[in-house]
Amino acid sequence: MEIIVQGLKEGFLLIWQGDAEIVNVTLLSLQVSLTALVIAALIGIPLGAALALRNFRGKHIILNTIYTLMGLPPVLAGLLVYLLLTSRGPLGQYELLFTPAAMVIAQVLLAAPIVCGLTARAVMALSQEVYDTAATLGASRRQATLTIMREARMGIVAALTTALGRVIAEVGAVMLVGGNIRWHTRVLTTSIVLETRMGNFSTAIAIGIILLVISFAINLLILALEKRTFRYENTIQIT
Amino acid sequence: MSLRRNKLGVILAILSIFLLAAVAGCAKEESPAPAENKPAETKVLKLATTTSTEDTGLLDYLLPEFTKDTGYEVQVIAVGTGQAIEMGEAGDVDVILVHSRAAEDKFVEEGYGVDRRDVMYNDFLIIGPADDPAGIKGEPDVLKAFAAIKEKQAPFVSRGDDSGTDKKEKGIWKKANITPEGDWYIEVGQGMGDTFRMADEKKAYTLIDRGTYLALKDNYQLEPMVEGSPDLLNPYGVIPVNPEKHPHVDFEGATAFAEWLTSEKGQKMIGEFGVDKFGQQLFVPDAK
Repeated sequence: MEIIVQGLKEGFLLIWQGDAEIVNVTLLSLQVSLTALVIAALIGIPLGAALALRNFRGKHIILNTIYTLMGLPPVLAGLLVYLLLTSRGPLGQYELLFTPAAMVIAQVLLAAPIVCGLTARAVMALSQEVYDTAATLGASRRQATLTIMREARMGIVAALTTALGRVIAEVGAVMLVGGNIRWHTRVLTTSIVLETRMGNFSTAIAIGIILLVISFAINLLILALEKRTFRYENTIQIT
Repeated sequence: MSLRRNKLGVILAILSIFLLAAVAGCAKEESPAPAENKPAETKVLKLATTTSTEDTGLLDYLLPEFTKDTGYEVQVIAVGTGQAIEMGEAGDVDVILVHSRAAEDKFVEEGYGVDRRDVMYNDFLIIGPADDPAGIKGEPDVLKAFAAIKEKQAPFVSRGDDSGTDKKEKGIWKKANITPEGDWYIEVGQGMGDTFRMADEKKAYTLIDRGTYLALKDNYQLEPMVEGSPDLLNPYGVIPVNPEKHPHVDFEGATAFAEWLTSEKGQKMIGEFGVDKFGQQLFVPDAK
């Protein structure tokens, strides 16, 4: 018990003092994961919407594959990216291994299926009526599709939060492809592993706290967004 | 006040559960008393050690024999020297087998361990890419080799994880009066195998223990550059955790382990280990 209290105390102190290395690690974590999220959103949202709204042969196989990839073990994603980027691999000439770019690629691989799969589910959850109503009111195909996407926006936001939560907390992939290089590719999660292995529990706890605070802040943002969006709409209430 | 009392109550409740569990655990261990004078009962000994003893396969080679001789089954926790010592200080293990003389002495001085014994040593070497940008191949003096690497700003991958190997490397930089800094000095904070892999990928120099090098060299392309310098020797010590600090540790078992390792039989096995597999001995026994 003492060690946890001690760790918490020293942890808060370290954060309070703005330790240069911890700041560097935190910023890199945010930078890598947010970049990965933006790319994953650009791929995942249109793909997810298309999968939900169009009918074609093999649609269910593709959806099933994407749902499976949503649970892709991070260390396996890391291994795949590693094998692509290693100097003897197919993309070796670009020398991307052990750079933040490699970490972004691995995290996109983890985040894109989540964004895509959850977007598809959110869109499919809307009833046909939304489209029909829009069409009846004279909306073009394109406009009706946009209406559907607008209706599904909270589901999509939830997809993005889930994906961000997964990649920022992930350690296996970034450890493999980033290499945990000090000042270059060391992020929050790999720092926790390293500090724990070195027996520096208070530093490890400090970094853990930062990670939790980031997650909390993201969820706060989502909550605020949700409130604003639904201010004029009826939410379900039990009376 | 009542809140405080409540809290106390909860803590007491949790403690008593632990206590009950502990008592139950003890009772269980003692109850199936085996026939006297037979080591049939398996007693469990927890050993914290460095990754090098595990990765090379030395422990897999020694421990079954130790179990046969003493009846102790050894659970191995392979981590860096820093963490292994930390585990000993916390009383999480019964005995440690590590290689960082300064840290070991401190561990004993502070009363966490007793009766440190020399067990064996192995050595480190500097490996690097075949084109040798720092021109250190064959250099007998490791200090000069490190100076040349720094001079040429040739990439060097450091464990950077406070392990025995890391401490060794930092010690050599210090002895050479160099502060390793800059883009060429890559601190990865990972184990020896990972560090080897990353150095190979980056065509960089690195300091590595011979055991890990021999075990993994076929996977990678880096070559030996500097070896044999006295500064590259790496002595291992075994230290039982002090039962006065942590009454629950199995001091008897820990001592049996230390004695076995430094016994004639243990020392002979250490000296023989690796000869058939690697064509050379990995560890040199040096118990007194």
